[in-house]
Amino acid sequence: MITQGMFAYLPPLTDEEIAEQVSWAMDHGWPLSLEHTDDPHPRNTYWSMWDLPMFDVGDPTAVLTEVRRAREAFPDHYVRVNAYDARLGRQTTAMSFLVHRPAVEAAYRLVRSEGADRRIAYTVERVR
Amino acid sequence: MAEDRWGAGVLAYADMGYWQPDYVPRDTDVLAVFRMTPQDGVPPEEAGAAVAGESSTATWTVVWTDRLTAHDHYQAKCYRVEPVVGTPGQFLAYIAYDLDLFEEGSVANLTSSIIGNVFGFKPLKALRLEDMRIPVGYVKTFAGPPHGVVMEREYLGKYGRPLLGATVKPKLGLSARNYGRVVYEALRGGLDFTKDDENINSQPFMRWRDRFLFGMEAVNRACAETGEIKGHYLNVTAGTMEEMYERADFARDLGSVVVMVDLTVGYTAIQSMSAWARRNGVLLHLHRAGHSTFTRQKSHGVSFRVLAKWLRLAGVDHLHAGTVVGKLEGDPASVSGFYDVLREDRIEADPSRGLYFDQEWAATAPVMPVASGGIHAGQMHQLLDLFGDDVVLQFGGGTIGHPMGIAAGAEANRVALEAMVKARNAGRDLLREGPEVLRAAARHCPALDAALATWGEVTFDYASTDTPDVAVTPVPA
Repeated sequence: MITQGMFAYLPPLTDEEIAEQVSWAMDHGWPLSLEHTDDPHPRNTYWSMWDLPMFDVGDPTAVLTEVRRAREAFPDHYVRVNAYDARLGRQTTAMSFLVHRPAVEAAYRLVRSEGADRRIAYTVERVR
Repeated sequence: MAEDRWGAGVLAYADMGYWQPDYVPRDTDVLAVFRMTPQDGVPPEEAGAAVAGESSTATWTVVWTDRLTAHDHYQAKCYRVEPVVGTPGQFLAYIAYDLDLFEEGSVANLTSSIIGNVFGFKPLKALRLEDMRIPVGYVKTFAGPPHGVVMEREYLGKYGRPLLGATVKPKLGLSARNYGRVVYEALRGGLDFTKDDENINSQPFMRWRDRFLFGMEAVNRACAETGEIKGHYLNVTAGTMEEMYERADFARDLGSVVVMVDLTVGYTAIQSMSAWARRNGVLLHLHRAGHSTFTRQKSHGVSFRVLAKWLRLAGVDHLHAGTVVGKLEGDPASVSGFYDVLREDRIEADPSRGLYFDQEWAATAPVMPVASGGIHAGQMHQLLDLFGDDVVLQFGGGTIGHPMGIAAGAEANRVALEAMVKARNAGRDLLREGPEVLRAAARHCPALDAALATWGEVTFDYASTDTPDVAVTPVPA
């Protein structure tokens, strides 16, 4: 199972629980954004953006509406909610958690390419 | 100053210009505050002057060769001495050093100057360097942490929660293959990092190269299974720089995201490894092996807050900074000061947390503090409340000693952490409701349930030796 994001080891968040997390971000002045992908490879940094970050949105229900729309548009993708902290010294993602998984999870395997002196070069490759 | 300042013979340090109560420190001065315990009969001002003298230009007698220099520029000035509240016989001496006294970008030079000689000085029973103010002009001669907290998180793709780690146990004796098993189980179970311990270098029972090979097989297997980036702090500490570079290069070639060194390698070797780490895009973890020999006792040595400043200058990405609730020394107020020294860009003096000076870091990257040593999942609410998100919480025994196995131990810690972050963000009061949050999370996680049953009541409740002199008096609301 893909265990990326802040809450991967917990039961899936309910919409109410997502709204609580979104409120926490808004209380800190962190704009929310959504991203989705069908390839949650650990090195896949740039998931597709679901529209622009919601810079001036102060209502968690507006974010939840976008979460529902993204899930409906990409039921076979992973969807994550990000919060962004633009403060000087941070200027990076402050929160990131999954809000949707596909019915069949992506799976990866390790490909080993053997070199001299028992050295192995590793590649993480998609199997499903 | 004495009338015959330049006559041959011995003069009091205070009479040689090292005691200057009227001196106003300049923004560019390096400042230090020492806790002194003078011998009986030595006036505190003379003791402070002696510390200033012996940590700058002075020797025990007048030398005419001082007159070949602009000596008043080079001599350190003790500008304030005050008694320590509540501890008779101890005094704080504030000393200013001109920036010109120090070599750019050299922690070795800074420390040789400030602590090189004076700690064995006979007129003092004991001496402790409590804090330093490093002026911005000097800070900017150091490269600082090779990557820092933000880059580390972007590199790992992990946000909004503390990172989790574990030190492989037992510290000594595992073969490389068995060692890699512990790494694999802990990482696949849910940890972000595993760690070599400080004394795992390259012994007969496990040579470094074998450990690196099996360890990276384990790391990469866990990455493929979880879709997460994970790492193992490969300890490259060795007898020579050449050997450390060879090990670090090998770790990089195998794709490790992180290497580690021990404090015992010395400041210069740490700075060299820091430059290597930035050049090679590898995180640098520092284990503060040996620090308690000089940081723990309040009357003599160097405070950890000073060591933390030196190591932020020297440039490490991770530094062990205490747990408060675990098995090792750590007063809550002092430790909170250490965490600020590592993470904040601007720190204001706060005697209640042992911070004697304002400190500007001028965009020097922050260091990720590491809390490690005798902590377990049952303390998760306290740990999150104490340290916030930018910290690596390391549960060695609390992962590997889990009754259901190592992966279950790792899972218990990850579930406890995520449940606690989620509860905090949802507005729950961690200290009051934390235990209930843990119990609720354990209802859907048998591994956490078992962890709480095993360690839930374990505490290390001993008095700290290293505490601030100034306590905050609670004010009724």
